[in-house]
Amino acid sequence: MSVAPPHTLETTIGLEIHVELATASKMFCGCKVAFGGEPNTRTCPVCLGLPGSLPVVNERAIEYTTRIGVAFNCSIAKRSLFARKNYFYPDMPKNYQITQYELPLATQGHLTLDGESGAVSVGVTRVHLEEDTGGSLHVGGSGRIADSEYSLEDYNRAGTPLVEIVTEPDLHTAEQARLFVAELRAIVEALGVSDVRMEEGSLRVDANISVRRAGEVEHGAKVEVKNMNSIRSVGRALEHEEERQRKALEAGETLVQETRHFDEKTGTTSSLRTKEYAFDYRYFPEPDLVPFEAADEWVEALRASQPELPAERRVRWKQTYGLPPGDVAVLASSKATAAWFEAAALAYGGDAKKIVNWIIADLFGLLNEAGIDLTECKIAPAQLAGLVGLVDDGAISGKQAKEVLGHMFKTGDDAAEVVQDKGLEQESDTAVLDAVVEEVIAENPEAADKVRAGQLNTIGFLVGRVMRKTGGSANPKLVTELLRTKLAG
Amino acid sequence: MTPPALHWRPATELAAGLDAGDLTSVELTEAIIRRCDDVEPHIAAFLQRTDERALTGAAAADARRARGEALTPWDGIPVAYKDIFVTRDVPTTAGSRILERWVPPYDATVVERCSAAGMPLFGKTNLDQFAMGSSTEHSGFHPSRNPWDPARVPGGSSGGSAALVAAGAVPWAWGTDTGGSVRQPAALCGIVGAKPTYGLVSRYGMVAFASSLDQAGPLTRSVEDAAALLSTAAGHDPRDSTSIRDGAPNLLEGLGEGIAGKRIGVVEEFGGEGSQPGVRARVDDAYGRLERLGAVLEEVSLPSFEHAIPAYYLIAPAEASSNLARYDGVRYGPRRVATDIVAMNSKTRADGFGAEVKRRIMIGTYALSAGYYDAYYGKAQKVRTLIVEDLKRAFQRVDLIVCPTSPTTAFKLGERTADPLSMYLSDVYTVPVNLAGVPAMSVPCGTSPDDGLPVGLQIIAPVLDERSMFQAAYAFEQDLGWAESDEGRPNL
Ligand SMILES: [Zn+2]
Repeated sequence: MSVAPPHTLETTIGLEIHVELATASKMFCGCKVAFGGEPNTRTCPVCLGLPGSLPVVNERAIEYTTRIGVAFNCSIAKRSLFARKNYFYPDMPKNYQITQYELPLATQGHLTLDGESGAVSVGVTRVHLEEDTGGSLHVGGSGRIADSEYSLEDYNRAGTPLVEIVTEPDLHTAEQARLFVAELRAIVEALGVSDVRMEEGSLRVDANISVRRAGEVEHGAKVEVKNMNSIRSVGRALEHEEERQRKALEAGETLVQETRHFDEKTGTTSSLRTKEYAFDYRYFPEPDLVPFEAADEWVEALRASQPELPAERRVRWKQTYGLPPGDVAVLASSKATAAWFEAAALAYGGDAKKIVNWIIADLFGLLNEAGIDLTECKIAPAQLAGLVGLVDDGAISGKQAKEVLGHMFKTGDDAAEVVQDKGLEQESDTAVLDAVVEEVIAENPEAADKVRAGQLNTIGFLVGRVMRKTGGSANPKLVTELLRTKLAG
Repeated sequence: MTPPALHWRPATELAAGLDAGDLTSVELTEAIIRRCDDVEPHIAAFLQRTDERALTGAAAADARRARGEALTPWDGIPVAYKDIFVTRDVPTTAGSRILERWVPPYDATVVERCSAAGMPLFGKTNLDQFAMGSSTEHSGFHPSRNPWDPARVPGGSSGGSAALVAAGAVPWAWGTDTGGSVRQPAALCGIVGAKPTYGLVSRYGMVAFASSLDQAGPLTRSVEDAAALLSTAAGHDPRDSTSIRDGAPNLLEGLGEGIAGKRIGVVEEFGGEGSQPGVRARVDDAYGRLERLGAVLEEVSLPSFEHAIPAYYLIAPAEASSNLARYDGVRYGPRRVATDIVAMNSKTRADGFGAEVKRRIMIGTYALSAGYYDAYYGKAQKVRTLIVEDLKRAFQRVDLIVCPTSPTTAFKLGERTADPLSMYLSDVYTVPVNLAGVPAMSVPCGTSPDDGLPVGLQIIAPVLDERSMFQAAYAFEQDLGWAESDEGRPNL
């Protein structure tokens, strides 16, 4: 066999992604959906698969799955069916999984990724709904069922609604795969249908990756990579696996179809099992459930009520705020960050780029140091806007502002309060300030009306005007109080 | 003629007695217990007796009635359940060792509704394992026997329920019918058995055999009783997605309206050599009686029916192979010790399931396998569609269809166990009904001149037309007068 030079090899990646839905109750019974908890406390005859029990479809799960299908530009099935997938495993109470086989809820979608090497369209083969399994703890032996002394089963998770999203093999680099997962995560989060926490298993990614010589029609031996527990590890695992296959081919070795396990610590993959035969799951339509018919009006109503998705948001931010793609990508990475930024930009009202810089350059640093995320931050978006306003107005310098931000981060106080507490140069003579405040109110009737109407965020703007008039020497806290009194309801 | 002993009376008559104050529920329950003690050694129909529980329930019913707060007319009339209905705190086995000692934490909807109507639970009755069989010989515990001749089977799979009702041991009982398991034992034991439209009675809490075919049905000594018991449990259940949303009819209303002018179809393909001569004779008499009662009989052709048995023996086992996968020794039932999980599953299932159950699991697994699915399961579903269409076409011409319930009277124990195919053919007239999802019932039409054993007439109705079916059965029963005569009771 001739040894292929490296540049003639190409990589093909397809993803199979599972998303646990954050419905109130499970897929086919009334048990609560939650993470963890005392084993086997969120169970009932249905999700334990007791003899005689029957499933009843959670319609909210159908809605959520359809929303995912719509978000991935899928065609939504007018009539879809549940099916049984038969195989024995003790974490599956019925020894069959209720899933979809023929006629899934959504098919033939696509998602466009804006990668470093340009836009890539990734086909989405199908989006279907199924039930999750329970969890096993194999005691003794290697931690696998085959050589364990005994296994403990927890069915709390059994029956949680699970959406499976399968892509076409349209991805060609580990980075594209990572990007796809990140985008999918952001989309599902924006839809509000799942917690999408990879570390808790509410977002699970398996990848099929094969490397072949360029120009070959047949794909190479398909390797399934499992156990990628973060978006970062999707990139790391596939980079490693691509490299491993590339080297093997270059060395003239033959690759085999197998399942490989990614080890987070070593950053490498190891063989879990080779597929000697294909499982026969004996799929057949689930006789305990009736087909689901999606009325056109229902689908249209869902389509019309979809929330803004990350791609749409990126376009809007670019248009509204003129932000560069890099910033947009960072801010749009999670729903919480996006919402925080938008609230701050709105409260600020000025050039959003300034807000962005404060968030990315300064606030993220503080969050990282403290090891918390934005949702746990004591600073409210409007408070950051207030701080930037003080700088704009010359009340404090940029350098002082960074110090002020540090204090705000610890206490959650307003910027103005911190400035006062820190004893920065300020005019605190009420008689002097009173006159300036009157002037500012007279000069800014619209802003004054807004405050009168209860839009207290606008006070920051008026405070800024007073600060500017006083050359930054006014005590902002006092000014705020004066404004509040004068503009009270 | 002296009035029959208490234990022979239909439940609706007993209800009148309770209402009039001639009888208390405790007295009735004690009489039932004595009668069961007497006949059980001959028919072996119970898997579990719940005498104490029934007496407690009876006392509570008497107290309600004394306060004028009877829940329903049937408050205080005990009912027995085929041991395939899940009963809270009462062991439920589905007739199989694999569920031995399993005590369910919940009640089936049928049980819940009958309990809410005040009927005390009186025991769990014997059946072929997982309702797979036509003789009750495939019970994992012991065979039951026919009260008309204990050397013969009571039919199956609801054989325990049928034998008890026929023996005057319990007033009425529930069975399930997947391919004839209520109607065939009713015919073989000389009582009434009805299988309603698929979806009329909730399947929630019925241990599943073949989900798309299973339906609960009453086994009773009179048509009126069957109407009463069925009406008590019928109606939409949000816990069963296949349950029909329409409100359930009260089948006692208009029961006596008669059948004058009704068009009744006689199945062309079911005439001739298919049945024993004695069965044919009785059923032909029945057709004549229906005509005398004012019905207009005509032949209807149902050509697809001849394919019903092979289609049924693919669809039912396919669904069963999946439904029965959960019995693996992990969560309930006995567990066999083995070196690893696969060996444990295999050994538990090998020991726990009977031969007939294993046969059907294998057939079903094969029928669903990749590469065979289209040829077996897929083809069987097509036959099912043809049967539905044939019946639809027939019901454009006639209101009801009649035929024998079973081609033979009760056969001897052991006669068919060695030959599964001959056993399967016991259900040749009943299986198409389940595949089509329509209602049908068996009503006694006397005894066979050949062997003196009961013969059943099957009446088939269009989807959700239980009312016409019951009206015809009632008119026929009243005119025949057999069930209420001494002749209509086994000598036990
Ligand atoms: Zn549950």
